[in-house]
Amino acid sequence: MNVPHAFSRLIPARLRPSPRSGDVFERHNPPGLDLSHNTVLYLEDITVSFDGFRALNKLTLYVEAGELRCIIGPNGAGKTTMMDVITGKTRPDSGTAWFGQTIDLLGMSEPQIAQAGIGRKFQKPTVFEQHTVFQNLELAMAGDKSVWKMLFAKLSPAQLLRIDEVLETIGLKEHRGALAGVLSHGQKQWLEIGMLLMQEPQLLLVDEPVAGMTPQETERTAELLLSLAGKHSVVVVEHDMDFVRSIARQVTVLHEGSVLAEGSIDEVQNDPRVVEVYLGEPRC
Amino acid sequence: MTFMERLLAWRNERGAFGFYAVLLATAVLVPLLNLAVPEGSPLHMSTYTVTLVGKYMSYAILAVAVDLIWGYCGILSLGHSAFFALGGYAMGMYLMRQIGTRGVYGNAELPDFMVFLNWSELPWYWQGFDMFWFAAIMVLLAPGLLAYVFGWLAFRSRVTGVYLSIITQALTYALLLAFFRNEMGFGGNNGLTDFKEILGFDLKAPGTRMALFLATALALGVAFAAGRMITGSRLGRVVQAVRDAESRTRFIGYRVESYKLWLFVFSAMLAGVAGALYVPQVGIINPGEFSPINSIEVVIWVAVGGRGTLYGAVLGAVVVNYAKTWFTTVLPDIWLYALGTLFVVVTLFLPQGLVGLISKLKLRRGAA
Repeated sequence: MNVPHAFSRLIPARLRPSPRSGDVFERHNPPGLDLSHNTVLYLEDITVSFDGFRALNKLTLYVEAGELRCIIGPNGAGKTTMMDVITGKTRPDSGTAWFGQTIDLLGMSEPQIAQAGIGRKFQKPTVFEQHTVFQNLELAMAGDKSVWKMLFAKLSPAQLLRIDEVLETIGLKEHRGALAGVLSHGQKQWLEIGMLLMQEPQLLLVDEPVAGMTPQETERTAELLLSLAGKHSVVVVEHDMDFVRSIARQVTVLHEGSVLAEGSIDEVQNDPRVVEVYLGEPRC
Repeated sequence: MTFMERLLAWRNERGAFGFYAVLLATAVLVPLLNLAVPEGSPLHMSTYTVTLVGKYMSYAILAVAVDLIWGYCGILSLGHSAFFALGGYAMGMYLMRQIGTRGVYGNAELPDFMVFLNWSELPWYWQGFDMFWFAAIMVLLAPGLLAYVFGWLAFRSRVTGVYLSIITQALTYALLLAFFRNEMGFGGNNGLTDFKEILGFDLKAPGTRMALFLATALALGVAFAAGRMITGSRLGRVVQAVRDAESRTRFIGYRVESYKLWLFVFSAMLAGVAGALYVPQVGIINPGEFSPINSIEVVIWVAVGGRGTLYGAVLGAVVVNYAKTWFTTVLPDIWLYALGTLFVVVTLFLPQGLVGLISKLKLRRGAA
């Protein structure tokens, strides 16, 4: 039973605040993800302005189911703002954003979007430093996340197994009881990827996954992301061109809030417009 | 587990164990010294002292309530004495109705202050308070409902940090002003007092005092155990995640507002229970209990004891209130300065409070 839910229904619909701010208390079971057209994400004509500055300018982007897509672009091109729009942190001034055929992202709050199956890894690793590695994964685990459920919830053997699996995948088995705050930078990045896996999302948004990683760690991250594609759709924002080259099949270049070019890494790198705005000078 | 974590876990267990041991010892020793030891003996504990300890324990319940939301969820409520006072008023209304014809005016239907105001009948919101069970429900419901409405509005609008603290101060101050008004029907400036009996027992009798003391001890034990259960559950870990990184918690799919609201309402109800146990022991409830400074004092207790441990809050409530009793008897003018100094010293030098100091000293001794 969810008390807030019960209470908010007492208020007439027309008096309830706008959906995004208001229904944060309501349990919302999004309709199942419909991938019948093989496209997991539709962004169309998205515009976001901050004080007159257009962070996104009629951005249109489609991501196919199971695809691994890299997004590159100079600073201020709107990469992070785009992620904010998809995950519900920022609401666009205009445009539409659909998750599969049936889920309208613009009417949903952050937790609803997360529960619907979109996971996000932030640029700066943000793990819960006062919690242990194990507890971080437990927190991120997919499932009913309502208050009363959590008060009495115990981990089932299957869930414990799943956490152990992920600990193995991200190479932190030895550290399961350690506070996340004492991990190295690279380990935190991995833990965050592990948390993303626990959420079992359909679409993973990964912001600069290899920033601050050693070459070995970078290599393992590339392997991991490649292994995820297919089962999940993955969108990676990254500056490291070598890394992008090692994982990308399809690259999208953002510039001043809209798509400048799209294609394979070689096509994109040889596109004169991209060379001009992004690479600055011809590579030699 | 690393050494440091094992140490932290052990400290936590030891603290809880110590709390239960001290509470049990108090609950056994105080009645013994009060009832079994003859009055002339130097070991005899006066009924006054019994009531004083009972009062400290009701404060300790309030401190646990504040620690739950501040120490674990990071919501710094500077208005928790409002919930405490509401619980107290609910109990006070019951005690008023028990006076019956023994009031100054001998009116069986109306409390004295209403006769004095020339009211002819009992207001609707006083109906039912002659029944203990009804009052007991109101002790939980009144603070709970206020916390629900307030929290629903505040958390939904994502009011956090210092802004939230300020509006909680405004909340308790508004209630202070409202309860001061005679027209409100809660006794105005004088509040509710001159109580005679509770559940048919004379409030002045040592036996009743002892029963109230033991009830408070039991309530403190239950509040502490419930707090440990909540903070040790998965819900507790979500709440601590909200404290450390609120928006991150949102992005992994938790409705942060619901969690905050749930804990805030629980904490307010706990504060109401504390107030309800406080009133029959001190014999009065007046609007002064709503004053903003009271709520700030509670936060100081928790800070002094050490937040985020629950037993630290209990320790802080007892230590600071004992100091307050001592100061206001011996050096009444100094108390507020002492309280202020204490807060500054704790903030600057003891961020973990007394609990942190104790474990630090232990570590140092272990290392030497």
